[in-house]
Amino acid sequence: MPSVITANRLEDGIVVYLSEDDKWLPDLASARVADDETDLENLSTIAGQAAADQLIVGAYSMAVDLSEGTPQAKSVREQIRASHRPTISAVTEIQ
Amino acid sequence: MMYSYDEFDRDFLRDRNREFRTQVERRLAGQLSEDEFKPLRLMNGLYLQLHAYMLRVAIPYGVLSARQLRQLGMISRRWDKGFGHWTTRQNIQFNWIKLVDVPDILEALAEVDMHAIQTSGNCIRNVTADPLAGAASDEIEDPRIWAEVLRQWSTNHPEFTFLPRKFKIAITGALEDRAAIAFHDIGIRIVGGPNATIGFRIYVGGGQGRTPYVAQEMKEFLPPTQLLSYLEAMLRVYNLHGRRDNIYKARIKILINAIGVDAYRNQVEEEWQSIRGEGIDLPADEVARIRAHFAPPELRANPVDNAELLKARDQDSGFDRWVRHNVLPHKNPDYAIVSVAFKEPGRPPGDATAEEMLRVADAADRYSRGEVRVTYTQNLILPNVARADLVDLYEDLKSAGLVAGNTDLITDIIACPGLDYCNLANARSLPIAQDITARFADPERAEAVGELRLNISGCINACGHHHSGHIGILGVDKKGTEHYQITLGGSPSDDAAIGDIVGPSFPAEDVPDAIETIVDTYLAQRRDGETFLATYGRVGADPFKEALYGTPR
Repeated sequence: MPSVITANRLEDGIVVYLSEDDKWLPDLASARVADDETDLENLSTIAGQAAADQLIVGAYSMAVDLSEGTPQAKSVREQIRASHRPTISAVTEIQ
Repeated sequence: MMYSYDEFDRDFLRDRNREFRTQVERRLAGQLSEDEFKPLRLMNGLYLQLHAYMLRVAIPYGVLSARQLRQLGMISRRWDKGFGHWTTRQNIQFNWIKLVDVPDILEALAEVDMHAIQTSGNCIRNVTADPLAGAASDEIEDPRIWAEVLRQWSTNHPEFTFLPRKFKIAITGALEDRAAIAFHDIGIRIVGGPNATIGFRIYVGGGQGRTPYVAQEMKEFLPPTQLLSYLEAMLRVYNLHGRRDNIYKARIKILINAIGVDAYRNQVEEEWQSIRGEGIDLPADEVARIRAHFAPPELRANPVDNAELLKARDQDSGFDRWVRHNVLPHKNPDYAIVSVAFKEPGRPPGDATAEEMLRVADAADRYSRGEVRVTYTQNLILPNVARADLVDLYEDLKSAGLVAGNTDLITDIIACPGLDYCNLANARSLPIAQDITARFADPERAEAVGELRLNISGCINACGHHHSGHIGILGVDKKGTEHYQITLGGSPSDDAAIGDIVGPSFPAEDVPDAIETIVDTYLAQRRDGETFLATYGRVGADPFKEALYGTPR
């Protein structure tokens, strides 16, 4: 099952994904996809180092949907995280 | 009047904030791991949620000054996205906080004698109270005096900083319970005693969450001089016997229902007898010192021209509705308590913009002696408004968009942040609230339905108080989709009850229809003047089940 690694950035809590060149970026579409267990273990090792280097917190892997070409979140929770906003109009947007 | 910090309080906060600033620096420098840092940040109200850090700021017993409210507005504008969220424990939380900013935010809070202590962790959390305290017409004694006594006793209490689980206390001093005391670990009701004395009736073991219970009576009458030693004994017995081995069984409600309230009481009485001579109770002069902070404001006689008021009501149906639902009786007949509703249909319940905070702060200064309260139903209260000022206040609030005349109606929904923000949630709460309020957006329709408390939680932890809603909605995860279980017949008040699950859950898109079906069933069954709860009590669940599911189950 294709998977990516996500976490929150330590200094501001923003949702990030492990991307190319070991960068942690907010855009899920740019995330590196692990196709098998070995790939995923490699990414998890990188994530462990990033946590030890105070870049990220709470890393975990999540399955993604690749039918659109780039990785897309499957669960409602991960769709909300990937969108970096609530699914409703915020009160400041209603005004 | 409200409690004001002295130099001791301010020094304590300065030290605490200095300490947390160095802890944040050490975390960012890698000298503290997340495992080491997490309990430290939680002691300062800082959670990590879905999108960012969340800072929960304490508003002890829901009491705010206009100056403090203005500072909360400033903080939301400078360090968040321009809004905050009133919580169901009379606090505020900011949802888009950066860790690196938190030490500065805590300093900004300390400038106005505020902090984020006791908003997380297994300690005695911020005490909540009747939001109408000091002003309500049915009050026996101002509960803020005793809430402040409890605040000072519980803050940094060395023995009760690592309890088996969090511990929530609520207190009311009025005839009507507006503090949901039956759903707290300890509920306190100020009652009259012999010879015009007052005392406390103590309840224990209430709570919502996974295993909801209505609190049971613990002590019928406790003289006020013995409050702290008795509560100390209650906490000690819980601290000793609470289930530290299982987080789901660690609250005092589980202990009480395992051993029975009588066995618990016996142990508490025994402990109490052994410690009550130890000087835990406050000396009378210290209580008097605290009491003086809550001296009733000197409200000058300010008779309203009733003919003018009636004329204004006659000319503006919105104002008339607002007076009917959001203007409550004050001790002083020339004055009123005003509910400032943040529940205009379509808004996310509880969210307030920086601008709105500033506007309410200005209104509080102009019309309510600078006093504001936060309700657990996620609105604000202006407690001391001259009835002669009601028209002007209404116009001010109207220009701020805060005059929904729907207090305690179906659109005055309590909702937790749910899956849109919260790490624990299984389902979203806010869009469900918006969809339901859209169905009842016509204020005449909402008013025709009458008093109806509708509460929504996005998970079984029940921050949205769904168990105590007349109609409760609980978000659940059903094979990866958001479903919602509906309960009927709960109540947070003197007739406290836990709602009954009406039947199988509904997918999100079917929830507004289900709520309309429930309301229509109620309206069809209602006898003259009956509230939803009264009708439900009389006819039971069957008509609702039949309307929702076709056949009685």
